[in-house]
Amino acid sequence: MYDSTTVLLLEGLWETIVMTFLSGFFGFLLGLPLGILLFLTGKGQLLENRFYNSFLAVFVNIFRSIPFIILIVWMIPFTRFIVGTSIGMSAALVPLSIGVAPFIARLVENSLKEVPSGLIEAARAMGAGTFQIVRKVLLPEALPSLINNASITLITLVGYSAMGGAVGAGGLGQVGYQYGYIGYDAFIMNSVLVLLVALVFIIQFIGDRISQKFNHK
Amino acid sequence: MIQIKNISKTFYKENGAFKALDNVSIALEKGDIVGIIGSSGAGKSTLIRCVNLLEKPDEGEIIVNNRNLLALNNKSLSAEREKIGMIFQHFNLLSSKTVFDNVALPLELTGKDKITIRKRVVELLTLVGLGDKIYEYPKNLSGGQKQRVAIARALANKPHVLLCDEATSALDPVTTGAILELLKEINQTLKITILLITHEMEVVKSICNRIAVLDKGKIVIQGAFEDVVASGHSIVQQFISKKKITIPGYLKDQLRQSAAEGLFPLLEIELNNAVSLETIIDFSRHYYHVPVKILKADIETVGELSFGKSLLILQGQEAANENVMGYLDQNNIKNNIRGYV
Repeated sequence: MYDSTTVLLLEGLWETIVMTFLSGFFGFLLGLPLGILLFLTGKGQLLENRFYNSFLAVFVNIFRSIPFIILIVWMIPFTRFIVGTSIGMSAALVPLSIGVAPFIARLVENSLKEVPSGLIEAARAMGAGTFQIVRKVLLPEALPSLINNASITLITLVGYSAMGGAVGAGGLGQVGYQYGYIGYDAFIMNSVLVLLVALVFIIQFIGDRISQKFNHK
Repeated sequence: MIQIKNISKTFYKENGAFKALDNVSIALEKGDIVGIIGSSGAGKSTLIRCVNLLEKPDEGEIIVNNRNLLALNNKSLSAEREKIGMIFQHFNLLSSKTVFDNVALPLELTGKDKITIRKRVVELLTLVGLGDKIYEYPKNLSGGQKQRVAIARALANKPHVLLCDEATSALDPVTTGAILELLKEINQTLKITILLITHEMEVVKSICNRIAVLDKGKIVIQGAFEDVVASGHSIVQQFISKKKITIPGYLKDQLRQSAAEGLFPLLEIELNNAVSLETIIDFSRHYYHVPVKILKADIETVGELSFGKSLLILQGQEAANENVMGYLDQNNIKNNIRGYV
């Protein structure tokens, strides 16, 4: 039964996977430094600065409070400017990455807060600079927690990308929306559901495994 | 070598200002092991953290190896810190790195090449007696082993000073002894000056050649261990005899509150620097004809002097026992009858 339905579902699955992981990658590219800065400028930390910290926090909170479906629509002009179109998978990557970055920033900040402050102190006593402390102490120590947060992020992105499907982002979301909601094909609708659930389970399973591997606490 | 000159530090909290250090000065010569003893909240931690400027004093000077640390910019300060090793109460090892990588960290920070790092790390771990634990993670080590790794890490860049912030407070007595032995060995073989803080007299007694007593942010007395103990200063006394001396369980049941025929007084005495326990025993037996049984003694002996508490049973005639107590009173040795057995 290698018919058009199977091809449609597999294509949708592939697009969802690509969107999830690529926007996750770009989201981390933006969110990781943002999260590190949020942490470092926080109270009692190495670069404590109330002004910058509040500024970053407000910025992050604003983006986190915009519902994703609104963010996609609101960002259409910007998306067009960056990738030349507002429809399709590559267009969806822009709002997905930017939408998830503040979320990642908060998760990263929380992961870093879990690192015992004594370790930062020991590194300072060795003569380490701020950048060295981040690279050699904070990130390695927070790695298992960061990996857990990466799983959470990717799972969130599976959901976001499905939402994007409603406004032409492609992927399983679009398949489900068009065939399930508009055409009301119960088989496709249910298949989309099963595939999305399976994807989430696999991400969580692999994430847990990798996090475990790096956890030596 | 290290001069701490007139440093003061005040912390401002919501409920007002707290002066943690008040005009503190200490000088360490090369090769010294100096112990700062104080109860919790006395400011010891703040003081030791001021030496490598983890905490910045409000006033005063910190001079290490002829350089005033407070006058340095961040980069020069980092370079000086590499030469000031530090170990902590809770070890502060990275759980994500093996023993090897933990010890290698300070070497990586100073940009040493891989071969140099490898050689040095193996050398250090052999020195602290953990040559067989190179690839373990800290979670698989005991407290004492963790502190050994921390010591190896602190020595990696060949420091001239080692700061020990309550380094043995999280360890049991046997392990404490072993770690102190190691510190002493390091001091002697590598000629590293050591500054340590602690709340335990045992620690300073076993390795320090000089001590300073810190109370409410001020140094109340400092000098050679023997001199400080012999001074009889009230805060020093607290550290020597702060432990309550307990009556052994089997005797508790037999203990009576009032004197009776055939019972002997159980006496708790607190020694001062006037008379030693041996003298008291000798004197009681030969002069007052009172045999004395020593039940317990928690005593520090320094030269001819001894300090601490002891539980004694005076096994003489009632009148003779009274005479012994009168003799103790005359010599200002606190004594009270805990009961009769």
